[in-house]
Amino acid sequence: MGPRHSSLARVPDADVHGVDPPYDYPEYVGTRLRHPKEPLVLLPHTLSERTAPVFGDMPLGELDQDLTRQHAGEPLGERISVSGRVLGSDGRPIAGQLVEIWQANAAGRYRHAVDTHDAPLDENFTGAGRCLTDANGEYRFVTVKPGAYPWKNHPNAWRPAHIHFSVFGRAIPDRLVTQMYFPGDPLFPFDPIFNSIRDEKDRERLISRFELDLTEPEWSLGFRFDIVLGGRGATPLEDPHDD
Amino acid sequence: MTDPALLPVPSQTSGPFLSIGLLREHVGSSLVAEEDPRAIRIRGRLLDGNGDPVPDGMIEIWQANAAGRYAHPDDTRDDVPLDEGFLGFGRSGTVDDGWFEFVTLKPGRVPAEDGEAQAPHLVVIVFARGLLKQLVTRLYFPDEPEANAADPILSELGEAERATLIAEPEDGGLRFDIHLQGDGETTFFAV
Repeated sequence: MGPRHSSLARVPDADVHGVDPPYDYPEYVGTRLRHPKEPLVLLPHTLSERTAPVFGDMPLGELDQDLTRQHAGEPLGERISVSGRVLGSDGRPIAGQLVEIWQANAAGRYRHAVDTHDAPLDENFTGAGRCLTDANGEYRFVTVKPGAYPWKNHPNAWRPAHIHFSVFGRAIPDRLVTQMYFPGDPLFPFDPIFNSIRDEKDRERLISRFELDLTEPEWSLGFRFDIVLGGRGATPLEDPHDD
Repeated sequence: MTDPALLPVPSQTSGPFLSIGLLREHVGSSLVAEEDPRAIRIRGRLLDGNGDPVPDGMIEIWQANAAGRYAHPDDTRDDVPLDEGFLGFGRSGTVDDGWFEFVTLKPGRVPAEDGEAQAPHLVVIVFARGLLKQLVTRLYFPDEPEANAADPILSELGEAERATLIAEPEDGGLRFDIHLQGDGETTFFAV
């Protein structure tokens, strides 16, 4: 590496992430050509980073958050609800912010040209939802439980069932795209994406909880997935220029 | 001790199918109308460590309005006008062989924490299969040499690093390629 000209701290991949996975994680083959080789530059936060888009006025309808009612008929699969709260790291609810989800259908197939898994599409399921959190930071989706599906990362690789989540907070460092899993999935030990998060306690926060209180009799199983947004994960132990 | 209930949820990759959920009609890539006299077309390519296009990614931009005000309650500078209807946020997929494109306006100057003016810039956020967490960078404007030279962040970077953050003029618009790895690797920020 060449000489450094800057007084801004550099943060190696291993130190930048807090609870998040590293960019360079060879077990997940897709990272190999897509992770930066250079350390990140620690950005002093300005108004540009202390703000983020505010979607409170976005016109969304009831059908946007019910993935089982977006077509003429009902999708096949176990009907579930997924609900929870979006909170800042200070515990305050994130109100009026956009939560978006996407997922495979109950057979483990995405409605996407690139998904070639030999499992059936469901004409009654797109697999996309979105909503705004309410004043308490609560969101709720109704959908069907996604199936596990194979991928080509390594021989006999299967992804645990998951729902992709995209969440906005109060500021740019809060921005989170993640995956919500289901309790007790037997594929957890074999999945490099799930295990890219090194600490078991951190991984557990990606697993939703089954709750009988959220389960509607004769209708749907209820899962809870609370989302605390992190803010800055990077906590360099020392500034190299302070030596 | 931190309340364990308040520990953050970790990031996971957006995977190859993000377009299903995120690239729909509710958030677009045009922040202003193309007919707007201030409109600038910004396009570029998302490229991997082999220089190959990344066709399953998404670029988000976040910016102040032309006066330099963010549409956010924490930007409390009431002397700087807000634009009704200017969200300051846009998204573009990279489905077309790694190409992304935005129509937006050049933001005004926004102060740094010490009150010093930053050069006009966009916050640029990159998602893709193979990224276990988004990458964050900035786009600066080539027609602002003085502001760029004085920018408190840009001026602290090395010449080669700085060059990756300044868009290039192209066909009346701007060109901004994002290199995830290797030759010409884009300077990314820890936020």
